[in-house]
Parts: sequence; structure tokens; C-alpha cells
Amino acid sequence: MDKLWLIIKREYLTRVRRRSFIIATLLTPLAFAVFFVVVGLIFQYESDDTRRIAIIDEGNVLKKSIKDEKNLYFKFVDVELDVLRDNFHDFDYDGILVIPRVKDLMARNYTVYYYSNKQPTLDIESLIRERVREGVKDYKIAALELDPAQLEALDTKVALEPEPIDEGGQDASKLTGAIAAGIGGLMGIVMYIVVFIYGMMVMRSVMEEKTNRIVEVMISSVRPFQLMLGKIIGVGAVGLTQVAIWAILIPTIVLITSLVFGFDSNTQMDMAQSSAAAEINPEDAEAMLALAIEEFNSLNWWSILPLFIFFFLGGFFLYSSLFAAVGSAMGDDLGEGQSLTIPITIPVVIAFYIMIVAIQAPNSSLAVWSSIFPLFSPIVMPARLAFSPPVWEVVLSVVVLAASSVFFVWLSGRIYRVGILMYGKKVTLKELGKWMFYRD
Amino acid sequence: MSESILSLDNIVKTYDKNVAVDGVSFEVPKGSIFGLLGPNGAGKTSLIRIITTITRADTGVVYLDGEKLNNRHPEQIGYMPEERGLYRKMKVGDHLLYLARLKGLSKEQAKAQIGHWFEKFEIEDWWNKKVEELSKGMQQKIQFIATVVHQPKLLILDEPFSGLDPVNTNLIKDEIHGLHNQGVSIIFSTHRMEQVEEVCENIVLINKGRNVLEGRVKDIKNQFKRNRFRIEYEGELPAGLEERADIVGQSDHAITIQVEEESRSNELLQYLLQHGVFIHAFNEILPTLNEIFIQQVRG
Repeated sequence: MDKLWLIIKREYLTRVRRRSFIIATLLTPLAFAVFFVVVGLIFQYESDDTRRIAIIDEGNVLKKSIKDEKNLYFKFVDVELDVLRDNFHDFDYDGILVIPRVKDLMARNYTVYYYSNKQPTLDIESLIRERVREGVKDYKIAALELDPAQLEALDTKVALEPEPIDEGGQDASKLTGAIAAGIGGLMGIVMYIVVFIYGMMVMRSVMEEKTNRIVEVMISSVRPFQLMLGKIIGVGAVGLTQVAIWAILIPTIVLITSLVFGFDSNTQMDMAQSSAAAEINPEDAEAMLALAIEEFNSLNWWSILPLFIFFFLGGFFLYSSLFAAVGSAMGDDLGEGQSLTIPITIPVVIAFYIMIVAIQAPNSSLAVWSSIFPLFSPIVMPARLAFSPPVWEVVLSVVVLAASSVFFVWLSGRIYRVGILMYGKKVTLKELGKWMFYRD
Repeated sequence: MSESILSLDNIVKTYDKNVAVDGVSFEVPKGSIFGLLGPNGAGKTSLIRIITTITRADTGVVYLDGEKLNNRHPEQIGYMPEERGLYRKMKVGDHLLYLARLKGLSKEQAKAQIGHWFEKFEIEDWWNKKVEELSKGMQQKIQFIATVVHQPKLLILDEPFSGLDPVNTNLIKDEIHGLHNQGVSIIFSTHRMEQVEEVCENIVLINKGRNVLEGRVKDIKNQFKRNRFRIEYEGELPAGLEERADIVGQSDHAITIQVEEESRSNELLQYLLQHGVFIHAFNEILPTLNEIFIQQVRG
């Protein structure tokens, strides 16, 4: 046990003290910050493009009132279009908007004309259309002598509020699904990256020890299994450290940069909207944001976080032990052994795709069964946790993963102890299988 | 039993279908320098891995100092494999400390021992150097220290001089003798016979997984001697010499002869003296281990 501790300590400390580790750990959040700033600047730059638009309202449809928008200024003018067009360059306008008379109050189509040297950009075009639509609506209401309040009442907003069947069941709001999908997806992606980065780290380190020929000295002092286990635990601790630092640094740095660069909520909303391609108006969005935060806080983090750490460790142990086994079989040539890693990477990739489907349909039988199957569960189950899956599924998944991790670590240990002493031989998967049954 | 530091009894080890070790037995006397010899692929490394508890024998028993081999024994054995390396990124001092502690030393003991060896090799300022900064010869010194730092009862050196320059070879040789004088038992595995003759008292010769020959170097040489003598002389050799002995080799004022029995050598010497040959030297030629080795392995 003392020796295992010594190995863990060395594996952990040598990695954590390495310059490349410190740089990667600190630079990754910075890279996020730079990304955030650059994207923010790009969005700000777009809305910097100022436009002045002259409006010729022939039928006084808008009643001289239209709201200016950021970087977009309107002015009603009493000049003939031809005069304005002839002297366009003398005026300081970017475009002329001609609003014709409304001839047919019952017509559903209405066309306005925009004269300019430049094509209106998409956002300006949609903004003008929206403003005119509102103006025409008010014009028609007045002309048809309708009651605005009654009209308002016609537009009914329907919300769907999910409620549990049982009295005491967990209540969910309409946003629960979306929030859970976001968190679930994030956890799934983190798991996927973790398995690859740190699993590979274990593999490379095993290969290094073998090609370095230090391994024979080591196993004349400790059992090969201790060496492998110590390495896996040590690298796992490195992974936890790095992920924990990122979990704190990334939000902090993003927050600080957003304060320093003063991105207002509109820019952020722009970014959110363009990425989600959702058409939500700002008032609704603000309400939704508040609801989302409330929803986020109402999630049972006391069970999600420990479970996430459990699946992190379980998945890491399971896969990194397999990577260790494969690393032990490889020779000096990384390329030659690449084919041996394929059987390990395939389930990881499949699990990733199942995870993507699972956050859309978290209770489908595919999602349920793959969150119990131990090769998939470390990636699929964390993604489902925010959807509050049934307790028995979580328990079963935890038990199966725990048992499988132990089994795979043991199994890999059997391959590892033979592999690390095998030199100059191209190893096939079949041989790896045989090694499991070798006697000590 | 207690006179042997190590005792192997009918060890068998198979890998898949290959029999690597096929019923080997031998004893290593306490405090001796023992040669474990054999051509490449004879099973030397397999045997060493069993002794160092890296692997286990399929059948057969190993006793270390009268006790059946167990998990505490690695701490009493120092093993320097033929293919040896170090963690390149570690500092020399930390590295030795790590290996020493894995052998069961406390931090203080380990530091004291490392300090002792650093002083001996005059490398006190190496503690904070990284292994990758060291030359190959320097790394070999560190590897040797790593092997002996925990003061093992039994030292197993697999081709210890391979890749060593003459200066380091001598340095390590001196240290081996020093440890031998302190009573450490040393197993020396090699296929370089001239080194064996130089340092070993006892040997075992392994071929194709079986032991072919075992015993004291002196006894083995005697066992294989062919009653050959080399005579350096002045004057004319008598014509009748050829009837009394086979002439195996001849050069200027020197001759190598072979007689049927050892006792004939005295008669021969007398005969030469009587015939007025002036004798400078008269030596028995013992076979070299190399000759015996080749003869046994081919035979």
C-alpha cells in the first residue's frame, strides 16, 4: 500500500510540476477568453455600421413616428422622391424608404421601397419590415375603427407546464428539458474529452516506461499491477485537478473579460440568438433567462455533482486501464500499435453519438440501456443526470460501472504484466487475449 | 541450506508452448560471486525474473537465504537488468530516492545511502540534475547506485558491463569487489567468458533451459583439462620427444604438448633436462571457460 502511494505520488507530481501541464492548464481558459472576446468584438463590429434612412411617407401611414434603433436612424422628410434621388449625394442619407398609401385596408400584402447604393443588410431589412408592420397594423386598426384591447386579447400565448402524476413527484418547468439538455451535453462532452486525453496519457506513459527500459527495474520492486494502478490513479488525479481548475477558471475569466470589454446583454443575446438560431424577442428572453437561472439552481446538484465525479472516475478507470493494456503491448513505434487502440476508441465514439441522441430523448430505450452498459454509461449517464432519471436506473448504472471498472482494471493488469516485458514483437489482439491466461 | 543464499530446485517455466526453463536446479553459496552463464536465449533472463519475483515458476521452488521466495524478498535483492533505463525527466536525486523507497527504505535512510554513494562516486552536485542531462556513462553510475542503494543481500547483475566504457567498467568492478568483501552475494549473468573468469568463483552453465554444468570455476577447469603443457626453452629439442607426447603447437623457442596422463609431465620435464634443454617456463594450460562453454553448448 505504501508503495502504491509512492507510485501515485510520483505519477501525479511529475505531471503536475511539468511546465507543459501548467501552461496547458492556464492557457486553455485564456484561449476560451480570447475566443469569447473575439466573438464579442465580431458581433459588436457588425452593429457599428451606422445607417441614416430618410422616410417618405406618402399616406402618413406611420404618423411621423418610428422608433430609432441602435446605429439606425430614421427621419421623415417632405421632399419628392425624384428630388431626393437626384441630390442623393448632397444629403447625408444612406437610404430612402418610400411608404406608399395603404390602398386596400383588407389586403394582407403591402410593399415598401428602399432606395440605396448599398443593399440593405439582413438585420436592417428585417428591422425595417418589423417597424413598418407595426405601423401599418396601428394604421389599419385606426382606419377600421377596431378596439386595440380586443385585438390584443385575440393573440393568446399558450404555455405547456409539465406536472408529475404523483402528488410528491418532482415538478418540472417548461425549461427543464432545455436546461437539462445543455448541462447533460456539456457533461457528456467533458467525459468524452477526459477519457481521450487522460486515457491516452496513461497509454503514452506506459509505452514510455517500456521503451525506456525502466519498467524491469520497477517491477523488481513492485508488482506490475501496483505500477499500473498507481499510474492510473496518479493520472486520474491529474485529470481531476485540471478539470477542477478549468471549472473555476473558465467561468471566472469569461466573466472578467465580459466585464472588462463591456459586452452588454444585447451583444450576449445576439451571440446566444445567432448560435441558437432562435427568434425570441428580448423581453421574453430576459424572462426566460431568469427562469433558466432559477431552473439551473433548482437542479439537484448535491446528487448530480457526486454522480458526475463517480462516472468521471469509473469511466476513466475503465478506459485508461484498457489504454494501459494496449500501451504495454506496443513497441517503440506508436504508429504500429495504433490499430490496437481502435477497439477502445470505437465504443467511446459510439457512446458520444448515443449521448447526443440521449439528451434529445433521455428516456428512450436506447438512452436507458446504453446508460447501463458500462462502456457507454460513463458518457451517456452524466448527460442524462439533469433529466432526473429513475433512481433504479442510476443505481444499476453505478453498480454495473463500479463492477466493470474493477473487472477491466484486473483484466488489463493481466495483459499489462506480460506486455511490458515483451519486446520486438508485433502483437495482435489475439495475443493480447492469450496473455490474460498466462500464469504469473 | 543456510550456506546458500539462493537455492533453486527443479524450476520449470513455460511461455505459451515454449519451455524457457526446464528443470533447472543450482545453489549459490553465501557471499560468493556466482556466474550464471549461457548463450542468448538459454533461459537466463527467465530464471532471473523468477528469482527477482517478477514472474513465478510453473513448478519448482526457490529459496532465498533458506526461506521460500515471498513478497518481502524483493527488498533484499538488487537487480540490474541488461536493458536498463531511468525516467528521463526526473531529477537524479529524486529518482534514486523514489527507487530506494520502493525498496522499503525510509526517506531518511534513503537520503543517507544516496549521499554515501554520491560521495563515493564524487557526484555530490548531481542531485538536482535531470536524468536526460546526463551522459550515458553517468546514467550507468546512477543505475548502479539504484541497484545497491537498499543494501541488498543478493545482487543480480545482468550483463553489467555491456555498454560501459573502460573507466566505468573498472569503477563498477571495484564496487562489485567491495560489496563482495562486505559479504554481499552476487549473481553475475553474462555470455562474456573472460569477465567470468576474472570475477566469478562459482558458475552454472545453462543451455536450452537446462543446466549443463555447475561448480567451482577451478574444479570445472580441472575437470576439462586435457594435460596440455607449454614449454619455453633454449637449445635443441631431442628427437625422441614426439614419441613421448603429442606436439599440439610449436613456435620459436616455445612448444605446446599434450600427454596422456598428468603424472607424465614430470617424466617429460626430466627427459628434456637430461637432454640438455634449457627450460625457461613449464606451464600447464587449463582450458578457458570460453572453450568449455563452446564445447558444452555445441556438444
